[in-house]
Formats: sequence, structure tokens, C-alpha cells
Amino acid sequence: MSSDLSDLYQHVILDHNRRPRNRGRIPTANRSAHGDNPSCGDQCDVYLRLDGDRIADISFEGSGCAISMASASLMTTLLKGKKADEAAGLYDRFHEIVTTGKEPEEISDLGAFAGVHAFPARIKCATLSWHAALNALRGDPAPTTTESHTD
Amino acid sequence: MPSTWDRIRDEFPTLHQQVNGHPLVYLDNAATTQKPRAVMTALDRFYERDNSNVHRGLHALSMRATDAYEGARARVARFVNAAAPEEIIFTRGTTESINLVAASWGGANLAKGDVILLTEMEHHSNLVPWQLVARRTGAALRYLPVTGDEGLLDLSALDRLLTPEVKVFAFTHVSNTLATINPVAELCARARKAGAVTVVDAAQSIGHMPVDVRAMGCDFLAFSGHKMAGVTGIGALFGRRALLESMPPWQGGGGMISSVDFHESRWKPPPERFEAGTPNFGDAVALGAACDFLDSLGREAIRQHDGALAKMAYERLAELPGIRLLGPRGERGGLVSFAFRDIHAHDVVTFADEDGIALRGGHHCNQPLMKRLGLTSTARASFYVYNEEREIDALVASMRRTLKFFGSAD
Ligand SMILES: Cc1ncc(COP(=O)(O)O)c(C=O)c1O
Repeated sequence: MSSDLSDLYQHVILDHNRRPRNRGRIPTANRSAHGDNPSCGDQCDVYLRLDGDRIADISFEGSGCAISMASASLMTTLLKGKKADEAAGLYDRFHEIVTTGKEPEEISDLGAFAGVHAFPARIKCATLSWHAALNALRGDPAPTTTESHTD
Repeated sequence: MPSTWDRIRDEFPTLHQQVNGHPLVYLDNAATTQKPRAVMTALDRFYERDNSNVHRGLHALSMRATDAYEGARARVARFVNAAAPEEIIFTRGTTESINLVAASWGGANLAKGDVILLTEMEHHSNLVPWQLVARRTGAALRYLPVTGDEGLLDLSALDRLLTPEVKVFAFTHVSNTLATINPVAELCARARKAGAVTVVDAAQSIGHMPVDVRAMGCDFLAFSGHKMAGVTGIGALFGRRALLESMPPWQGGGGMISSVDFHESRWKPPPERFEAGTPNFGDAVALGAACDFLDSLGREAIRQHDGALAKMAYERLAELPGIRLLGPRGERGGLVSFAFRDIHAHDVVTFADEDGIALRGGHHCNQPLMKRLGLTSTARASFYVYNEEREIDALVASMRRTLKFFGSAD
């Protein structure tokens, strides 16, 4: 297996794909948003319970490749307890990692997604759930589609 | 006499390359086929010698170009056994051909209370044009069901669905996801008895098996050149002459189409009536060369070759753990779609690419069918004249490696 491919399918990603965290709909959710990847059919719903501007609880449901499902799973673990602006900041970091391949300086599971940058077609798999989460945070009910995002 | 089959791979330059350090195994032929030298040469020759606009100049080049273009039309007519070249309209491909029928024939003949009968296995391009014309005319859509994973049309439901309100029955010859070969002649005969016009989507059959519009008894047949060893950007619509003559233009004067009082004499007869603007004559000439190439191989021989590979791939893949295979077990078109229980199709396709194998992964423009089968995506291997048994070995070996990586190997 090439190093590009083993960088893409890192242990962290395989683990989240196999045992997704926070999967399913939380009954107490007060926000949700849907994300679609029309060219490949990937889908992701993100559910939030917002307490003020803090994410008290978060979960996802969806279907897609290992990259998109692992990204959604990891995202829920990182966003739980965060404030809306912290979530946006984390997304910016994540976006930089998947588009440039630069590993984060501090230790973070986000670094597992650095390998995505070598597979440009897969960047939108990695970012789908994040777009849905940010839309949910903004209270934007319009479904997000990765086709309209330049990444 | 040496047959083209003997050195078939030499005819296709694209095949001779390495991808990710492995010899390319191209199994995405249902999306588009590779092009033989004969087709590319025909295209080059036309542009090097004869290029000029058609049907207008009186000079030598324009006459040669017109002859080449009309020659290609006659060649395509022979290829599908149409009664006359005038029954062939050049289009951009299957999608545009179906849009032409839906907009022109549908716009003029459908009204509220009428029904458009489709099947659950239609490609988006034999679905969305009908949804558009249904919305415009008030006609309703109705679907002939698919039986399940074995992917056959439920013919027992046909009599119930083919009511007198059904004005048109549009269906695919070969499914691009299930590989089902539908009984076109029977479907056309039953539709005709019920008074419905028939539209056959031949995108997946045209390059793979004999296609004879008169034996089928269809009213319209749509196909794309790029799926039959031709170049992209050209395809055709066959239409029975009497029907074409009764139809209004669909481009060139949008507003006219909604006017009720059409005067036949104001338009040129078919096929020109449906070819507004400078046609794609260069690619049409190359399509004629693709017809020659496929006939030199023999289309019955192609059907057997592609069908045998697909059947073999089905049987070999069936041995893998956690695999779900779609489509008929017996005779099938030249492709096989499959899904693993625990591995998404896009991961499968990414790992295959690593081994130099080109597969398609996704919903294959068959979203309603996928939903009906409870799937979101499948991987698909599709075969053509240059594929070989060893490429199925490579596919199966690659799938085993993928299964092992994701920890689902037995
Ligand atoms: C069954 C079927 N119909 C229609 C089409 C559309 O063909 P095109 O995109 O060449 O118009 C395809 C191609 O994917 C197909 O497989």
C-alpha cells in the first residue's frame, strides 16, 4: 500500500469509522442541519443541543465513506462543550489541515486527516459534517451541499 | 483472415499506461468507453481534409463535409436498422435525445389526465426530462416496479399499469446499475397494444449487443456515441418517420412550441427540423467510424464477450465475505454492481485505484432505484471489448486486499 493511501486511512480514521461516536439522533436536540454530497450521495445530519452559545450535546447520523463518517464522529467528540466561536475556529484549523496537509502543532486527532490533502476529491467528504454542524449552529435550516463550496 | 479481436488492445492507446505503479485495468466502461485508433483517425482526417460547415456552402469542402455528415447519418441508420437515414437525428447523446422527445413529442401530445409510464430502474436522464414535461403539461408519472436485488422488471404488474391513460412508456434496454437486459420487443408490443408510444434508452446496449429498432418495434431509441467507442459530444435519436414528421421543433424558436396551431410547412422536414444550429459534424463522422469498428468485431460477439466477463466477475465476487451483488444471476449486460456490508463504495474505489483499477462508485444516476433497494451507493465494474479475464483476477485480488485492510476478511 502506498504511503499516500496509508496516510489517508490512518488508524484514528479507521477506528472512528468502525466505532462511530455520538451516532444517532439526540432526543433533546434543539438545532439540526442536513448536509449532502450530491456527486457521491454522501449524507450527514448533525443534531445539537445548544445551551446559550455552548454545545451541550451533539450527534450525527448519515451514510458515506470512511473519511466522511470518521470525520463526523471525531467532530462530535471535539465540539461537545465548545462555544460557537470555538467551533468555527476548530473548523478553520481542520480546513487548513485537509487542504494543505500541514499537521497541527499541538497534539490533536485532527492531524489524522492531513492525508486527505493528497486526494483532492475526498476533501469534501471530510468537510461535509462540519458544514452541517456550522449551519446548525447558525440556525440555518437550509441543507448544505458540498458542491457549492470551493473546497 | 486476422480478426480485429486478435490484437484488440493495440487498437486502444489509452489502455497502455501505468496507474499508481500498476498497469491500468479500465473497468469503468459503462461511464464511457475508450476510443480505438480507427475512430481517432477518422476524426483527424475529417479536420485535416474536409472541415467546412455543412448544408450551406457550394464549394468543394462544404460539399465533402456535407457528404461525410450525411454519410455518417446513413451509417448510424444502418447500425440500428432504421428504415431511412431521415429517422436519425444527431444530438449530444442519450440525455439530449430523451429531452428532445419529452419536450417535442411530449409537449405536443401530453395533457392533464395522461400518464407517462417509466420503470424504477431508469437513469436520471430517462426520468428528469419526463418530470419536467409532466410538470409542464399536467401529465402524471407512473412506475413499473423492479423485483428486488435480482433486478428484473415486474412484468406481472404491466397489464395493470398500462391503462388507456398511458400515452408513452419509456424504459431502458440495459440497466446501468443492475445489468438487467429488458425484453424490449415484448415491452414495445404490449405498449403498442395499449396505444402508448415507446422510448428506449439504449445507452448501455448500443455498443454491447445488436440493436435493431425494427425488430424491437420501438418508436424512439436514444443513445450516446461515447459509450460505443465513439467520441464524446455526439449521439443520436432514432424516431419513426411518421412520428418525427408530426412533431414540432424543440429548439430554435422556444415560443413557438407552446403555440397550438402549428403549420408543418413552416419547418424543414426531419431530421433538419430537430437539428437547429451548426451540427456536430466532426464527431458524427467519428461516430460512423465507431459503427464500422464495432461491426468489424461483430456485435453478437461483443455481447457474448462482455456478458461472459460480467457473469464471471459476478461469480468470482460472490465468493467474497459480506458482499451484496445486484442484478440477474443469469444473462446480464456487461457490468456488475456490488456493495460490501461494512465498506463504503468510495473507499472500495479509492483502494482499487491504488491498484490501477478504474471502477465507478456512487449512485450511478439511479438514486430512486438505490433508495428502493435500501442502498446509497455501490461499486461497479463494467466491461468492454478489450477487457480480459486476468483483469477480473486483478479486481478480485484488489477487493480481497481492501477487505483485509478494513478488517472484514474471512
Ligand atoms: C442507462 C443510461 N441512460 C442514459 C445515460 C446518459 O448518457 P449521456 O450522459 O451520454 O447522455 C447513461 C449514462 O450514464 C446511462 O447509463
